[in-house]
Amino acid sequence: MSDAPETKTMNMIQAINSALDVMMGRDQDIVVLGEDVGYFGGVFKATEGLQAKHGKTRVFDTPITECGIIGVAVGMCTYGLRPVPEIQFADYIYPALDQIVSEAARLRYRSAGEYTAPITVRSPFGGGIFGGQTHSQSPEGIFTHVAGLKTVVPSNPYDAKGLLISAIEDNDPVIFFEPKRIYNGPFDGHYDRPVTPWSKHPTSAVPQGYYKVPLGKAAIVRPGEDVTVLAYGTMVHVAAAVIENQGVDAELIDLRTLVPLDMETIAASVKKTGRCVIVHEATKTSGFGAELSALVQEHCFHHLEAPIQRVTGWDTPYPHSLEWAYYPGPVRLGEALKRVMQD
Amino acid sequence: MSSENGRNLRPLSLHVPEPKFRPGDAVDFNDFDIPPAGAVARPAIDADPSAMAGHAYALVRVLDEEGRAVGPWDPKLSPERLIRMLRHMALTRAYDDRMYRAQRQGKTSFYMKCTGEEATAIGAAHALDRDDMVFPSYRQQGILIARDWPLIDMMNQVYSNKGDRLKGRQMPIMYSAKGASFFSISGNLATQYPQAVGFAMASAAKGDTRIAAAWCGEGSTAEGDFHSACTFASVYRAPVILNVINNQWAISSFSGFAGAEATTFAARAIGYGIAGLRVDGNDTLAVYAATEWAAERARNNYGPTLIEHFTYRAEGHSTSDDPTKYRSAEENVKWPLGDPIARLKQHLIAIGAWDEDRHAAMDKEVAEEVRAAQKESEKLGILHDGLKQPFDSMFEDVFEEMPWHLKEQLAQMTAERKAAGI
Repeated sequence: MSDAPETKTMNMIQAINSALDVMMGRDQDIVVLGEDVGYFGGVFKATEGLQAKHGKTRVFDTPITECGIIGVAVGMCTYGLRPVPEIQFADYIYPALDQIVSEAARLRYRSAGEYTAPITVRSPFGGGIFGGQTHSQSPEGIFTHVAGLKTVVPSNPYDAKGLLISAIEDNDPVIFFEPKRIYNGPFDGHYDRPVTPWSKHPTSAVPQGYYKVPLGKAAIVRPGEDVTVLAYGTMVHVAAAVIENQGVDAELIDLRTLVPLDMETIAASVKKTGRCVIVHEATKTSGFGAELSALVQEHCFHHLEAPIQRVTGWDTPYPHSLEWAYYPGPVRLGEALKRVMQD
Repeated sequence: MSSENGRNLRPLSLHVPEPKFRPGDAVDFNDFDIPPAGAVARPAIDADPSAMAGHAYALVRVLDEEGRAVGPWDPKLSPERLIRMLRHMALTRAYDDRMYRAQRQGKTSFYMKCTGEEATAIGAAHALDRDDMVFPSYRQQGILIARDWPLIDMMNQVYSNKGDRLKGRQMPIMYSAKGASFFSISGNLATQYPQAVGFAMASAAKGDTRIAAAWCGEGSTAEGDFHSACTFASVYRAPVILNVINNQWAISSFSGFAGAEATTFAARAIGYGIAGLRVDGNDTLAVYAATEWAAERARNNYGPTLIEHFTYRAEGHSTSDDPTKYRSAEENVKWPLGDPIARLKQHLIAIGAWDEDRHAAMDKEVAEEVRAAQKESEKLGILHDGLKQPFDSMFEDVFEEMPWHLKEQLAQMTAERKAAGI
């Protein structure tokens, strides 16, 4: 078709870089700021080339102060800009919590719409890279708990670009967590096998120009009849591989946006299958899986044929050498699938 | 424990600061060295911050003991402008008195006065352009009044009544007034500091001419946001004025708990490479002149200024606070730098532009203006005579568009109230 958008094979970093580049070209009010994001192009290269192309006053390095980065971004919103700050690792977002939770998230509400914070906080997150305690965390549950924030986690290059464009255009603050384990290629949890690059995966065909993947809409990665698996980020690929290996007819849903959640898609699926397994890397207690479990129970109680299963990180800090015992990988997810099907 | 470790060393001791006067103490400020008015030099607006270190330990004062304006910082304002500033200060004090009483009468839940600190907001606001963006703390109501914001709108917020533009969501005095370039006040201290720097950076990045100004108390300078704001302001030479209102007290903690025993708050600027000024915060002309200097510096791309306004919190922290429990009741009457309104009044009389009769008449007028506004505002309700906002409004503005889960909760609340017969 002649009007088909021109696509290019991209990994997730390139897709994110492309989203930033496309949006900066479309809207002069978009600025990118963060530690090492300017000249150097970011420690993961997600902002590479943007400063050279769009200029130092639109893409710039910042002092190492997360509360400053987000505080300054909120002030820029007050002027009328649309900042896309980067927090180098999600593990380092905590100094900025006051500015995110007390300021960005509440600004529209407390000023009854006089002031808003259309800011997109990008941050690499998740484990599986021997990142130890402070380069592996998945703190999404802290943000999904905050009224006024949207939380997004993409799982592939196509979605990453489309969701990031939606996030930047959204007039509410969005926390955009990028699973760094899958920046370069999908990861199925088999850490002992060679990594396949994104180029072998269909979602690496990314349109070069502008397009959106809507916030608040989940994707059915694999339709199935017997059990619903709810996942996001890296866990989507782990779950897909386990389902494939066990030959179970599971319906795999990639949530993509955690808040607002696509409850319609989830409920329709669980009502059909009668079983639900929730999987995330984050620790279990009060993690986002608890919210998912409660919602499924509330919306689908009479359709459930087995207790809802949660496969998550253990309630410990993220360990270095014991990473693969901690990680909710194929063995643990496989066992959960068997349990839920036996019940 | 320490004596058991076998080390032949003198034990360490921890210093915990203590204010000079506690409840019941006689207050004696005789050893308070009042620097003479007019003695501090006025640097060029492009002065290198490193050459201004002395200003961080001095005190810029314009009005002398006789109420004359002296020295290089005299802003040489017209009598008409001085009278407008005096009136804005008197109106602010009258407004505070009225709203404080309204809280005591149970018409609202909370109030905070700025008594004794009126000059730090009104002097500054007069030296800024109206569209310069201000990021205040909760004790700069004088800025709104100096920008001629309607009193009734402020009162509607204090009462959370039908006219409250913030729909009853915010505690009293947490104003938001975009029409006055007045940023939404937050309860979280010092968060507005980096925000002001961000606004200033944005204005500079866009090649605009607007500048920003932030205010915080000396207690809040201990917050991490103060540090990050100063760092960003310095690094990007942001066109911003960072005001520290040193009113000696952070609720019950005297300024020593923010570091005042060791140095001044203006001296913080030196380490960041920012221009620092320390001014007599009860001298409206000094506040005006310092702000004007800093604004001119910012507007000409010479970068940020940190101004410490040395003043005194003459009343309790808030309506929830009783200052007689932690400080001497004599302090505010014996405060050596006096009262900002009395001092500007004395100056206007000294230059022959004012007299006692006109002052008394003005006091009557502002009291009447506040009374009339209060009457109008109370027609729209007070806090405790029933909920004044539609229930649905509680769920609005969390996001631009209400997501399904909030719609579900709104429906649930409506159903529950209906079922309960209310």
